[in-house]
Amino acid sequence: MTPDINKLNQNKTPTLCSISSLLLFPNTSVSEGNTKANHLFLFFSFSQHLAMFAEENGLRGDPRLQAISQAIRVVPHFPKQGIMFQDITTLLLDHKAFKDTVDIFVDRYRDMHISVVAGIEARGFMFGPAIALGIGAKFVPLRKPRKLPGEVISEKYALEYGTDCLELHVGAVQPGERAIVIDDLVATGGTLSAGVKLLERVGAEVVECACVIGVPEVKGQCRLIGKPLYVLVEPRQADKCC
Amino acid sequence: MCAYRDEDPRLHDLKTKIRVVPNFPKPGIMFQDITTLLLDPKAFKNTIDMFVERYKGKNISVVAGIEARGFIFGSPIALAIGAKFVPMRKPKKLPGKVISQEYILEYGRDCLELHVGAVEHGERALVVDDLIATGGTLCAAMDLLERVGAEVVECACVIELPELKGRERLNGKPLYVLVECFECCQ
Repeated sequence: MTPDINKLNQNKTPTLCSISSLLLFPNTSVSEGNTKANHLFLFFSFSQHLAMFAEENGLRGDPRLQAISQAIRVVPHFPKQGIMFQDITTLLLDHKAFKDTVDIFVDRYRDMHISVVAGIEARGFMFGPAIALGIGAKFVPLRKPRKLPGEVISEKYALEYGTDCLELHVGAVQPGERAIVIDDLVATGGTLSAGVKLLERVGAEVVECACVIGVPEVKGQCRLIGKPLYVLVEPRQADKCC
Repeated sequence: MCAYRDEDPRLHDLKTKIRVVPNFPKPGIMFQDITTLLLDPKAFKNTIDMFVERYKGKNISVVAGIEARGFIFGSPIALAIGAKFVPMRKPKKLPGKVISQEYILEYGRDCLELHVGAVEHGERALVVDDLIATGGTLCAAMDLLERVGAEVVECACVIELPELKGRERLNGKPLYVLVECFECCQ
């Protein structure tokens, strides 16, 4: 439930939050302090709701997470210089770690009345279908342009240079259905955001986005449109060997 | 028109879930759209179950899925039978060192890639895709696996278009399909 920020700002009595924010921003009045505190409170509560890493959300010390992380291979300078590419294909070669990945998501979503698992082409197709089957939901592929044969709706999103586009079949998802969006990795959140928009345009309720890997920056600055994000592991650094 | 392979009642339901989209990707093609099958959780589960029942306990350690619809069927099959899942991808998608196999299209060529080291010598493998038409893509996939010393046990597809004779192109490798479709190309 989002607090009414206007109501909060009118409160002139210092609160514990506002006292801490006065310490952070010393040259403010009490009511200004309350405003800043409320903004801070919303920022933290949104960012805590927005990006949840599994280790800090119910799975602290779960040995499966370490095995999943270690099964991911880092490929330096792919697709271009400077990018440390997180390669999940090695995770798929480790049956136990792959199964554990899917099981963690299935355990999370099983009792949340999710009827749609939307997977983003193409690596979302490697995790999404098994999750859908595990929770009894339909699987809906979100695809690059001109791949889906029937009538589609499209949503553009920004790339570092230029734009790309995701498509969804008309009629695949009904209004009111509860959906999750799956991809292998989230960085800026642009692709996931496009997926969320497509589902919302057809009247679905996107409950959460879920990725195997999430860059630490998603905690603060991802562009997801206010949807919770659940992530299993952070990206790995380059492997020291060869 | 579609026919059943045998009398498994799950096959009838599966057949009705596949949507035919006329004139996609070009005039004269009746495209077999499996996305509507994926919208029915029970039918999708039945599809996977039929493959799993066939391959479980057959010592298959690799399920290779062809980009991208082969990923949708291949990955759950791999998980259920205890095998690794290996994506076979279009060029420049796989980040590590790859081997490539070209194949002929109706107009022009295309290429499939496999990560070096993903599959080891002597492993028993399945190749999975949603549909076999001329068999060109499946052949390229089989070639890649055999080049790294794997044994391709069978190719598995949801749909076959028998009139395009893909089965004959597979060099004697067994092909298992759930549904056949006739008159799909005019």
